[in-house]
Amino acid sequence: MEKMACVSTVSSRTMFCHLDAPANAISVCRDATQVVVAGRNIFKIYAMEEDGFVERLNLRVGRKPSLNFSCADVMWHQMEENLLATAATNGAVVTWNLARPCRNKQEHLFTEHKRTVNKVCFHPTEVHMLLSGSQDGFMKCFDLRKKESVSTFSGQSESVRDVQFSMKDYFTFAASFENGNVQLWDIRRPDRYERMFTAHTGPVFCCDWHPEDRGWLATGGRDKMVKVWDMTTNRAKEIYCVQTIASVARVKWRPERRWHLATCSMMVDHNIYVWDVRRPFIPFATFEEHKDVTTGIVWSHQHDPYVLLSGSKDSTLYQHIFKDASRPVDRANPEGLCFGLFGDLAFAAKESLMTGEAGRKPYPAGDRRYPIFFFKKPDVTEQFAQVASALSVFESEADGSSRMDWFIKTARRYLLSGKPFAELCDHNAKVAKELNRPQVSTTWTMLRIMFSDPGNPALPANHNMSKLGNIPLMNSFNLKEMSSALNERNKENRQDNLHNLETNLNNDENEETEGSDGQAEYLFGDAELDDDDLYSMEHENQAEEAEFSLPQEAFPLRHEIVDHPSAPEPPAEKPESPQVSGSEAESFCLTPMESISLISVSQLLYQPQLPPSFFCPVVREMLDYYAEQGDVQMAVSVLIVLGDRIRKEIDELTQEHWYMSYIDLLQRFELWNVSNEVIKLSTCSAITCLNQASTTLHINCSNCKRPMSNKGWICDRCHQCASVCAVCHHVVKGLFVWCQGCSHGGHLEHVMEWLKSSNHCPAGCGHLCEYT
Amino acid sequence: MSRGVSEDVVAMWEGLASRDAASRDAAMESLQQEMMRRVESIGPLPETPCSSSASHLNRVLARILMLSKRCPYGDVREKCIWLLRSIQDIGVRIPRPLGNGPSRFIPEKEILQVSKVDARTQSIFEEAFSLGHLDNISLVMGFHPQYLESFLRTQHYLLQMDGPLSLHYRHYIGIMAAARHQCSYLVNLHVNDFLQVGGDPKWLNGLEGAPQKLQALGELNKILAHRPWLLTKTHIESLLKAEENSWSLAELIHAVVLLTHYHSLASFTFGCGITPDIHTDGGHTFRPPSLSGYCVCDIANGNGALEEMLGNQQVRVAEVSGEVEVLMERMKQLQECRDEEEASQEEMTTRFEREKTESMLVATAEDEECVPSRDVSRHFEDPSYGYQDFSRRGEHVPTFRVQDYSWEDHGFSLVNRLYPDVGQLLDEKFQIAYNLTYNTMATHQGVDTSMLRRAIWNYIHCMFGIRYDDYDYGEINELLDRSFKVYIKTMVCSPEKTTKRMYESFWRQFQHSEKVHVNLLLMEARMQAELLYALRAITRYMT
Repeated sequence: MEKMACVSTVSSRTMFCHLDAPANAISVCRDATQVVVAGRNIFKIYAMEEDGFVERLNLRVGRKPSLNFSCADVMWHQMEENLLATAATNGAVVTWNLARPCRNKQEHLFTEHKRTVNKVCFHPTEVHMLLSGSQDGFMKCFDLRKKESVSTFSGQSESVRDVQFSMKDYFTFAASFENGNVQLWDIRRPDRYERMFTAHTGPVFCCDWHPEDRGWLATGGRDKMVKVWDMTTNRAKEIYCVQTIASVARVKWRPERRWHLATCSMMVDHNIYVWDVRRPFIPFATFEEHKDVTTGIVWSHQHDPYVLLSGSKDSTLYQHIFKDASRPVDRANPEGLCFGLFGDLAFAAKESLMTGEAGRKPYPAGDRRYPIFFFKKPDVTEQFAQVASALSVFESEADGSSRMDWFIKTARRYLLSGKPFAELCDHNAKVAKELNRPQVSTTWTMLRIMFSDPGNPALPANHNMSKLGNIPLMNSFNLKEMSSALNERNKENRQDNLHNLETNLNNDENEETEGSDGQAEYLFGDAELDDDDLYSMEHENQAEEAEFSLPQEAFPLRHEIVDHPSAPEPPAEKPESPQVSGSEAESFCLTPMESISLISVSQLLYQPQLPPSFFCPVVREMLDYYAEQGDVQMAVSVLIVLGDRIRKEIDELTQEHWYMSYIDLLQRFELWNVSNEVIKLSTCSAITCLNQASTTLHINCSNCKRPMSNKGWICDRCHQCASVCAVCHHVVKGLFVWCQGCSHGGHLEHVMEWLKSSNHCPAGCGHLCEYT
Repeated sequence: MSRGVSEDVVAMWEGLASRDAASRDAAMESLQQEMMRRVESIGPLPETPCSSSASHLNRVLARILMLSKRCPYGDVREKCIWLLRSIQDIGVRIPRPLGNGPSRFIPEKEILQVSKVDARTQSIFEEAFSLGHLDNISLVMGFHPQYLESFLRTQHYLLQMDGPLSLHYRHYIGIMAAARHQCSYLVNLHVNDFLQVGGDPKWLNGLEGAPQKLQALGELNKILAHRPWLLTKTHIESLLKAEENSWSLAELIHAVVLLTHYHSLASFTFGCGITPDIHTDGGHTFRPPSLSGYCVCDIANGNGALEEMLGNQQVRVAEVSGEVEVLMERMKQLQECRDEEEASQEEMTTRFEREKTESMLVATAEDEECVPSRDVSRHFEDPSYGYQDFSRRGEHVPTFRVQDYSWEDHGFSLVNRLYPDVGQLLDEKFQIAYNLTYNTMATHQGVDTSMLRRAIWNYIHCMFGIRYDDYDYGEINELLDRSFKVYIKTMVCSPEKTTKRMYESFWRQFQHSEKVHVNLLLMEARMQAELLYALRAITRYMT
């Protein structure tokens, strides 16, 4: 980087010196030869020389320095080289004259502020004018020829954090406040501010006028943002915004570089950043020398963009030279990767890396490697590393595994409430089956069987199912009690089940292609059929009831079923398609499920009034499994359908997490209705409140155009009915639809009807309304 | 079987807290049936009250009693009263509330009745009730709904919402912090919650039963509670670098916020004399009312309902009339003459030091009877934890300059960075507490109380060695009289020693709501002071 010709003669190398105490603020004199450092326990002037900083003067005199020396801010006058001002933490504003012959250089002491003074600022061109801003919410303007302030400005709000005279407008100054506001004042009018706007959430710690551009003001706040405002328009307009990683304590425009500014932070982050406001994502340059937070930064000379001075809590004073700064952009990887909603993949990387790479698939719709928004003309003034990236988009194939059609269809068609539990399960099982997701379908069926309420037999459409739906599933571990009841019920059961089995078989013949689904029903038909016997088999060791012998038909049937899934698999499937993996997982998980259903069914005969909480752990595992697999849809749907049956088994945070993920997905696919239904049906308070926010609709009366304040149908100002239907002239008390062009409207059905036959507004205003 | 039933019961209680009147009705219906079934199965006047079903019944009865008094919904209250009466008619003994309302210090009739609150407070109560937090603390804070709302939101976020610590850790830390001040009320409250979220009951036997990681926190807890200025970055380092038991920074911040929250809440609890909730042990009794039935504590403090009946209060008020006027006059004077006589810097420093030292010498209550601590809290009283006498003569508290490390500039950023949103919530809470005013003092309207509030806030910070460069500590001496200082000092430094006498002896003409307001200020100022020390230590560790 070349050296500037106009720079003063001081050395140009990075150097530092140790201070005795942490610095709070620094300031340089106009010719950039000396710097003043102020802090709670330090107030010194250093000269910047070729081989380092040299202490010139210690202004902190007296054996027991008073709090007036405890400085929060310091400023060196830019015209009068002997004049300095400090802001003390005890609320004093002090001016110092270096030309005084004695050791104590203190000239004036103003103790008008009641709280800590955060900032002092000399007028850039007026020699005797000094401005201060304090924690007590007041700003005061002092004329240094007088003993007291000439005017007081009340911000009417909390503490003032910064005050800055405008560089270009003689009378204007800006003040930033702890409540996030920035005010503009005219020095001649202390009664009220010229303009006020909210710049940040939380305190605005600093502001700085652009040295050249009239009306550009940079502000930095606790919300970690630096914003650049254009004040020349009627409303302050935010033109640039830089997001940093910590609260912004100071901001200073870089001289001679229109777009650059330097920032430092008050907490956690010790670096100084120089930003190009047009490139807000990565700092233009970084100075990383300090070991504790930087408290003061200042450019050494108003025409020298290469030398920056900084003071820090680590008790050092640094002179940073631009050529020694680190450039984060050199280390950054200009690469990006993003998945689209429908499984497309976009990948951008440095062009040099991409060229010559085989197998790259260009964007199908013409040569779109440089989309318009991405291609940017190199700007010579920017001095920023220019990177050309190539963008590749990999589209997923129409029938590829990453398509999300099933998700949308499932979301639309699932029923989550409004019907008896068993019916919901059946419906959802059917939906899943039709979408070729046998595992999900089977899960729904199993859930229905496990949790069906015995007292309330559902009436599913399928006769075959109705039998299964009646199975009461109870948990009891009393084996002894079973025996007597079992013997009697056994016979009936067996007959029922045999009948069941036949239906199943018939059923299966009808839907040969859907074999993998029918198999699940078999399993349960089977289980029910042999409930007691299988149970005793499972528990051979404990069960003493020897009379439970295994009926012959049990085994052959079961084996047939277990083999079933693989056979009728659609032959068109590609090996890595999800269906195959699904059915693999299914056959895998059938085994544990089976044994559970056996146990449960065997218990059905006793104490049928108990809830089926026995299954809850298994179901919980199942939900976890689905969520882990990325199918949060299933997890949430089951959660809602099962409702109280399972809710307490799963901790609130997990539930909330699932709901949030599912709702997020639904909203990305613009399935607003489904997402709202899910929100409504959820039981987490954090979720249900999602659609309770901003539900207020403000309306104006259609006659007098004033806001409707009361709740009724009559406007309390003009005492007429508002919202009258333009077609039937009655008050609309339900859905009101209106034209955004002429604001006439009425009952939804009336307006629909009307616009079928006419294009014009029913109110006769002549507007051509449209209904879509 | 019992599990299934208990789940039903839980659902039923939840139903009673629903905003939907129909589901409350339904829940009430099932509650009545359940109660009648049970009462009949036990039969009238059980001879053996120790049987488990009877004690279970008593618990439920206590809960119904609580509902009849504290439920924000009128319909539930009425039906609960009716239900209790009909159970009594059958011949079962029903409980009655012990003590006089939510606070031992404030007559029940002064505290807002859940039945007579404005719409805003009502909705806050309803929300708190549905979350199960409508405890006596909230009722007393109900004097200041604006603050209560912020308080409950923060507390709910700290305990229930996203955060680095697991739920049972959070409650356990709450227990640790409250136990530090022997605040059995808070300890009991959180022991229940702790068990409910699946905490290991073994931990409750004492800190030794808890995991190593939590034990390590004991030291921080102790220092923060009594001498936060001793906290250094080595303490932080030892927590963060303990190999498999080490804390992460985010967890530590969460823990620190919880600790400070419960230390200061313990101050509030004692400062307002919060009594146990009706449905918990010590909140009700099955004994018939008699003169000997007054709470032991009331008698110990020389204050029962009896005394009030004698009208002592009136007599005292007459004695000290004019107190408020004097205070107001002083505030006015300070306002006016502050410009004229400007004390020298040395003088200011001396004033601060004097206030600081004096605050240490302000005698806290001398061995007055303190509330007997419960078993649970004793468990936490690790012998090595012995209360460190803060007011020992000659001990030097280093000065902490708030201008160098303030909540607004530094603390907030650190908290918000490591535990998002909490910084915002706390910031809001501090601001509400600091700025809360109704511009009244006792019977006087339109008073600017900012000076008084600032004096109280700064006095508390002063006791912790926190100094504001821009404050003249002489003001404190003018505005806060000795009995008030004693109260503040006791409440902040050893809250368990607060007595009703102390509560009554300061600001005698002021209303109870104003005294609660003072308590809120004390609580928040204390919390901020502790937080500042803890966060400064963490910042130092990080740099």
